[in-house]
Amino acid sequence: MTYNVSNLLYLITIVTFILALRYLSNPAHARRGNQIGAVGMLVAIVVTWIKTGGTSWWALALGMLIGGGFGAVAARKVKMTAMPQMVALFNGVGGGAAALIALAELHRILPEAGRPQLDISTAIALSGLIGAVSFSGSMIAFAKLQELVSGRPITYHGQKIVNLALLAGLVAVAVVLVAGVQDEWLLWIIVGGAAIFGVLFVLPIGGADMPVVISLLNAFTGLAVAVGGFELENNVLIVSGMLVGASGTLLTLMMGKAMNRSIANVLFGAFGQVVAAVPGVDGAAAGGSVRSASAEDVAVMLAYAHKVVFVPGYGLAVAQAQHDVRQLADLLEAKGVEVTYAIHPVAGRMPGHMNVLLAEANVPYPQLKEMDDANPEFGRTDVAVVVGANDVVNPDARNNQGSPIYGMPILNVDDSQAVVVLKRSMNPGFAGIENPLFYNPKTVMLFGDAKESITKLIQDVKVL
Amino acid sequence: MSHGTLLVFEVTILVIAIFLGFEVISKVPTLLHTPLMSGTNAIHGIVVVGAMLVLGLGHKGPFTWVVGFLAVVLGSANVVGGFVVTDRMLEMFKSREPAKKVDASQNGKGGEGA
Repeated sequence: MTYNVSNLLYLITIVTFILALRYLSNPAHARRGNQIGAVGMLVAIVVTWIKTGGTSWWALALGMLIGGGFGAVAARKVKMTAMPQMVALFNGVGGGAAALIALAELHRILPEAGRPQLDISTAIALSGLIGAVSFSGSMIAFAKLQELVSGRPITYHGQKIVNLALLAGLVAVAVVLVAGVQDEWLLWIIVGGAAIFGVLFVLPIGGADMPVVISLLNAFTGLAVAVGGFELENNVLIVSGMLVGASGTLLTLMMGKAMNRSIANVLFGAFGQVVAAVPGVDGAAAGGSVRSASAEDVAVMLAYAHKVVFVPGYGLAVAQAQHDVRQLADLLEAKGVEVTYAIHPVAGRMPGHMNVLLAEANVPYPQLKEMDDANPEFGRTDVAVVVGANDVVNPDARNNQGSPIYGMPILNVDDSQAVVVLKRSMNPGFAGIENPLFYNPKTVMLFGDAKESITKLIQDVKVL
Repeated sequence: MSHGTLLVFEVTILVIAIFLGFEVISKVPTLLHTPLMSGTNAIHGIVVVGAMLVLGLGHKGPFTWVVGFLAVVLGSANVVGGFVVTDRMLEMFKSREPAKKVDASQNGKGGEGA
């Protein structure tokens, strides 16, 4: 197959990828888009297979069988709550592949007569560097989310200087390689050093910030693949890789905005430390008192409301109570109550994660309201039910300049007539930030495990 | 085509791809950001094409065999895993009507999903 013919066929693949992303603008046909993208991928693989002309076909087949088999089994088995680490894992292997391609390409072109073209050697150095960072960084993100290593930020003195020095050193080695010292060992140093850098870079970032990291590493892998396209003079790699690089960057920035923090602050701020210094303020001492209610009371509030809004947080997913919440919502709807869900952009362990978890529990997606649509509705809401969420409903983010989350956009549940908070105890949450919402006179607390509380509510609403 | 011409052409499509990426993604609702992430994840699995070229085209030393083979394994895991996981997620997003129908048989189905 000639260069031109294969590139024309690769164009089909590029178009399907763009369509796949385009179709994601609406949940009604998003799945179709993904399938179109998969077909495009198949086209690219078949074209490439023919291009290789049947040499070492068995090695190709074996490699694809092993890798594809692993991918299929892992993707089938993973629980929806574990989706973020699965994405991190698949992202990492992609970055690793890009780094390996760089190593193999340099090995191939070095013995050839004359110096490699400047752009080719630059591309090799870059994709080796970025791919390796993405690989090891993703593996650490995976390990943190899977709780194989502590999710807390791991820091030591002079960390930033060490990281910066390492990165500068790697770039220097890359410059030497590109400038004409044609030694494969230089690339090995770059790839190995970048892998170490990836580990050091992700370790100090707390588990709660992992979504941002995964999104950023996704962009990195895309970039490494695009640069790999320059090595191999392959259009489909350049365009597809860059599509992912651009989209990953945009998504990362959007997430930073949703948390009201700059990306630099997320990556280098070691947020955990800032928070640790703050939780001295005792809400009870500040003059508020907490009202707790029984499940029966709350059931009555819910059953006789006109409009109920559920505000789910990651605690809901941890308790595996999505299905129970949906059952409760169905019961209330049968009684004529209008039910919606208000989803904060950073609820869950990656952007949009909560939507996936609720969709898994068969909640129809038109009921899932994004923050900007949900907030105006709280004014005409009778009861807002907060399940396993804390920081995203903390009014301090609006009012208290001293709060570490001041300025973060939140769900204004306190605009509702009444607020019910389902919470295990009065212990401060994961981030350790005091929440005045609990002391608001409109608020009642329903203490206990989220799943058990919801189950009780279901029983009590049934008998009403 | 000379090498320089090719390079300029490649840089051109690279830059266009950046803008296209921004453009297409900004239309995706936050509702679907997780599938978006895993979907783009699947797309960069196109790296498998590069891995296949490395492993499949002539020039055989043991080094290229090992590295190329590993790259194909990793790339294939990326492709298959990415698309399957995205499909599983998007399958779950349903509007009201099908959700009601599923209700009766939902118990059995829920077990399979988990």
